[in-house]
Amino acid sequence: MGEFKVHRVRFFDYMPSAISAMAFNVHTERLAVARADGTVEIYNFADNCFQEKVIPGKDGRTVEALCWAGQRLFSTGLNGEIVEYDLENLRSKYTVEAYGGPVWTISSNSQGTQLAVGCEDGTVKIFELVEDSIQFQSNFDRLKSRVLSLSWHPSGTQIAAGTMDMIRVFNVTTGETCTALLQMMVDRAAGANKKKEVAVWSVVFLSDNTVISGDSAGKVQVWDSQMGTLIRTHLVTKWDVMALAVSRDESSLLAGTSEGSVVQFQFISARLDQPDKEWQRTRTLRSHSHDVRALVHTDTAAVSGGNDAHLVVRPFMEKVVKGSKESAPCKITFPHRSLVSCGKKAGILLFQFPERLEVWRLGESNENGIPGEELSVTKKPEALIHLKRKGDDHICCSTLSPCGGWLAYASASSVRLFQLQYDNDSIALTKVKLPKVLRWANQLCFSADSSRLFASFSQSSVLVFALSKSEAKYVHTLKPKSVSKQAVHLMSTSDDGQWLATANSDCEVHVYNLKKLKYHCTVPVYGSCPSAMAIHPTGSNVVMVHADQKIFEYSLEQKEYTEWSRSLAKKGLHGSWLNRVAPVTHVSFSASNPDYIILHDMNMFCIIDKSLPLPEKDSDLCNQNQLRSMNEAARVKDSHAFKICEMFKNLLCVGLMEDHSLVVVERPLLDIATRLPAPVRQKKFAT
Amino acid sequence: MVAHADTRVVHRGGSKINFRAPVITQDSRFLICVSGECIKVFSTSTEECIHHLQGHKELVTGLVLNPSNHLQVFSCSEDGTIRLWDFTDGILIRVTLLHLKTPSTLHSTRVVVEQHVMVKGHTIVFQSVSTDPKCIAFGQGVRMHALTHSLTHSLTHSHTVFGFALGTSGEMAARNAFTCVACHPKDDCIATGHGDGKIRLWRNFNQEKEYTFSTVHWHHSGVNALCFTPEGTNLLSGGLESVLVQWRYGQEGQKDFLPRLGSSIKEIVVSPDGSLFCTSHTDNKITVIKNCTKVSAVIQGLVHGDGVKTALMVDPRTKALVLNGKPGHLQFYSLQRDQQLYNLDIVQQEYINQSNLDQFEVVKAALDSRGSWLATVEQRSAKEVEISLKLWAFDEHTQSFVLNTTISAPHDGPISEICFSPSSQNSTTLVSVSLDGHFKAWQLTQPDPSDGKQSDEEASWSCDFVGDYHSLEPKCCCFSADGSLLAVSFKEVVTVWSPASWDLLTTLSQPPGAIQDLCFGRLSCSKYLLGATDKNLCCWNLLTCSLEWSTALDVSLLLADPLSENVAAFCGAEKTTDLFVFRPSEPRPHFSQQALCTGRVTRAVFAPRDEPLDGCEESSQWLNRSQLYFLTHNMLLTFLTKPEEERLMALSKQVAVLKKHKQEFLHTSCLLFISLFISQFALTLSAIMTLVLSILT
Repeated sequence: MGEFKVHRVRFFDYMPSAISAMAFNVHTERLAVARADGTVEIYNFADNCFQEKVIPGKDGRTVEALCWAGQRLFSTGLNGEIVEYDLENLRSKYTVEAYGGPVWTISSNSQGTQLAVGCEDGTVKIFELVEDSIQFQSNFDRLKSRVLSLSWHPSGTQIAAGTMDMIRVFNVTTGETCTALLQMMVDRAAGANKKKEVAVWSVVFLSDNTVISGDSAGKVQVWDSQMGTLIRTHLVTKWDVMALAVSRDESSLLAGTSEGSVVQFQFISARLDQPDKEWQRTRTLRSHSHDVRALVHTDTAAVSGGNDAHLVVRPFMEKVVKGSKESAPCKITFPHRSLVSCGKKAGILLFQFPERLEVWRLGESNENGIPGEELSVTKKPEALIHLKRKGDDHICCSTLSPCGGWLAYASASSVRLFQLQYDNDSIALTKVKLPKVLRWANQLCFSADSSRLFASFSQSSVLVFALSKSEAKYVHTLKPKSVSKQAVHLMSTSDDGQWLATANSDCEVHVYNLKKLKYHCTVPVYGSCPSAMAIHPTGSNVVMVHADQKIFEYSLEQKEYTEWSRSLAKKGLHGSWLNRVAPVTHVSFSASNPDYIILHDMNMFCIIDKSLPLPEKDSDLCNQNQLRSMNEAARVKDSHAFKICEMFKNLLCVGLMEDHSLVVVERPLLDIATRLPAPVRQKKFAT
Repeated sequence: MVAHADTRVVHRGGSKINFRAPVITQDSRFLICVSGECIKVFSTSTEECIHHLQGHKELVTGLVLNPSNHLQVFSCSEDGTIRLWDFTDGILIRVTLLHLKTPSTLHSTRVVVEQHVMVKGHTIVFQSVSTDPKCIAFGQGVRMHALTHSLTHSLTHSHTVFGFALGTSGEMAARNAFTCVACHPKDDCIATGHGDGKIRLWRNFNQEKEYTFSTVHWHHSGVNALCFTPEGTNLLSGGLESVLVQWRYGQEGQKDFLPRLGSSIKEIVVSPDGSLFCTSHTDNKITVIKNCTKVSAVIQGLVHGDGVKTALMVDPRTKALVLNGKPGHLQFYSLQRDQQLYNLDIVQQEYINQSNLDQFEVVKAALDSRGSWLATVEQRSAKEVEISLKLWAFDEHTQSFVLNTTISAPHDGPISEICFSPSSQNSTTLVSVSLDGHFKAWQLTQPDPSDGKQSDEEASWSCDFVGDYHSLEPKCCCFSADGSLLAVSFKEVVTVWSPASWDLLTTLSQPPGAIQDLCFGRLSCSKYLLGATDKNLCCWNLLTCSLEWSTALDVSLLLADPLSENVAAFCGAEKTTDLFVFRPSEPRPHFSQQALCTGRVTRAVFAPRDEPLDGCEESSQWLNRSQLYFLTHNMLLTFLTKPEEERLMALSKQVAVLKKHKQEFLHTSCLLFISLFISQFALTLSAIMTLVLSILT
């Protein structure tokens, strides 16, 4: 495997933002996750929960609720606006003012034709979906206090609305409270909290006219909406029940609490021979340390997110095949794209935050040590630049040129380019004007010799700019020969400056010849989205790792998969490689050995040595520790191509610098946990 | 050696009444529980034992009420029989022999059989099932026909077996093993208890993989017992915490507690009308709880703690056996009634139920000859040994022992023996022998009235003499019957002292081997001193100060009968123990029994009889004045002579009944094919952490 000098970087204080809302589209199997800073992320559940798209947030825009209406995604927030998102260009499409004060909740009917929003002033407003916009339709009877939760009856004729202290059911066509229905008054908590009004945080309207509510007194209550009577109360927690989610067949219900636990209820009969069913509390899933704010019940799993910023997918064991990849619980904390760029030649790192960029110079050490030893640092790492963004829109991508002389970032409304000049200890940052053609970009990338900047634009096109001293000149627009409108999420150039590869969320990988400034080819489309990609510096091969952990190597000159890639596909990857949950987020190559492919995910980094045989099915994949204890002959016999190092955890980036040292950017989860606000107090045994 | 047909070793009391779950009768008036080879019927209100149902030849392993006659009870035993009793009159009605030949199947089916006893000879064999009856429960009734003969065959055709497994990998697996199970009487809900203290409620097992469970957690260590109330409204659970937890079925968040039940809960039983709960505990106790809240009766058997540390003694006043029981307590146990009389709290500290925690234990106790003084030694061996010697005076007014003197750190090392001098005068002497190389004599000193202090100050004990011998470690001590001589053994040497002047009178020794036990002869043999080393038994004549005789024996315990010249020596052979009874004057034993019991006997006592027997058989004469009780690792045994046995036989007429029924039933038992109501579920737990649900169709 070789020995590396490792820069173990822990000064990137990346802080994921709390999850505030989620919405799942059953038909496309896409999960939309909204975070407290306004970011909306789209996860593809058909493709190993890969984070397909990220729509950057905007200052002043919070997302309280999300909902899908067909393929369209809407959100509302406390600024009183309804936002529809442009999922192709990853930005908000338009906003509509609801004129009801802060909007707490949004819900669409099952047909996807109408939207209902609940406002602070106690109104429920119905909007109709029209082509490319929404139109106000009607207002329901005004309630006394804010509408916190809404749920449509699956038939689309009634809506249940949860407010303070009560639940009301409306008839959608007349907008009036259903005649037969009394208001369902929710009991307040006992004891000292008797005076405090109860917020009905979540309601669920089932097709058998049952309404289930979760409230701030910690109760999950089952109501008969036709009679307006309470059927059953389950006291779940001392704190709040923040979210409810029901399965598609309405046999299982999840309730998320402020304690961080998710409680499952199931609709089962007490006796086998009797048809009467009731909601029984069954499992308790504990995956969060803080409030569970959003819940989704997919057919096979419970998906929960909350203030601790983890997105947790917990499969139900009875719904999945044991031992399959689906049955592995999965906890997504870090984004599936790189927030770190390395200036390989200069030894500098660029960290991307939503509101700023940081440039750091790596520390230095003159010592040489044995493996595992900690070297003393002669020069400490130092922060060179803190660059605050301009405007309200959050930074969506950023990049640093390999020489460290250029820096570029983009948001939904602007792209900015800077030149960095190092003068011993001082550093000068000069803004370089970009041509007006580039209003925004999805991805930015410098060529290896830092002479060009590539920016991906709408419809997978790439704009090429030539960089000279303090000037950027528009050169050309590269366009793929496909009709995909999806945004590019990966971009990579070759070190020799000949090739540029882009990948979009339609799983297409396009390759351009930069010498001729021309579209070269498209790699055969594979069913899973590429999660990392790089072009080999000498061999003109592009290596792609997909969200399902498959690895492909494609020769750009022959326009076919390489011999090694074919043998890998023929033999199949090792089972424990395929069963990993975290996707590979970065691929790079070694300058010293052309056979090495260096890649990493959140939990490990791996060097694939193409010259060694592939691992056998029954052999141990992570055998580095065993190999170390073997003698020379056995080591040669047992070693295989996948050399996995699990020494570093919670990796954000692993990069190989030009001086053959390795940069490992870690963000320990404990550091994140300590920066979170204190969770609600819980009695723990023996404390 | 002659086989002594006229005396036989019998199991006398001290058997575990908590071995299996007790049974409460339909009218809640009686509590029936197993007790070794017999079955006892107690009154739930007065704690009185009403009947001993005797007849089984081996350990009784199960009890169940006859569902068709609530005045009858079935029992099954390791002797391979099922017996039906009328517990109100205490008579045996019927005996069924089980057709289980191989011992291995008998072992695994025993528990099943005891539950299936209600189908009268219809047996179903479950395989890979834990033998603990707590791992079997039956659900609600559905009509079923069972076949008798082809056991395994009928199993495969009449059962659908479902397996539920919990995660078996990782750290959790070792702790979440199933410990007990209960079925809801009305709903299709199964409650299981687990080693990590969780209770899981399983539901919805109509089709495979569709089942679901919820978890509730209060116990911090394993759940030992689970029971639903008859209406299914509450679930009761218990464990090491000795707290009875009552969960509301359907609202498991609400629970009630009944704490401080004394010791770890082993079983929970609810009466059929739900008014009485009954918990059996690890310290051989059954508690009856009325109206869910109040302990109304406690039936306490002989407590077998982690080991009997004190010697067995007989309290001269109550004729009760005295030994250590619950941690930190001394129990007074009535041999006649097989019931604990009372507990004396010696340590007077709260016992903390936690492993790896060194706590004070009562290690030695001694009673003086009149029963007016009790000496106890408690010890804690944490980092350094902490010892205290307590002396208790019998208070006539309260009829119990009251603490008189506490001597903390009486010795520097652990105390190996204490004994009172048997002198009949008012002043008595206590001798304590310690491994620190000294023995000390303690005497009751009256407060000196002359020093001007208040005269209402009580008499207290203080040290009178400290003796040692060449700084050797003393091991045991013994007073002669008249209290005029004290023998203390120091390694190989026996020193004889005069307690009056504390002069060393003589030394005796018979190397090799350190003296393990000492004993003076009584009555006419009082001139003899017996000493046991690990290889030899020696007898010295104190008048000549010379060895009278010696013989090669590995004596584990020497015991002199206070009412006769007889001395009993228990000899540890390989795994079994032999008994020799002899007079010190003649080395030939007049009674010997080999292979008396398995295991080494280290505790025994001669209990004086209330009225002497007049047996004239030579071999049983030694039992005329007193009875010998000895303790093996799990029970208290004694000898039953032929006259006694005959008297007992004459008293009970049931023997004849038994024989008659037995004849009859052997013919009919195989032919009885009666379809009966039996549960829909036979729920069983396998040892490999799989919950097996069988649906009998």
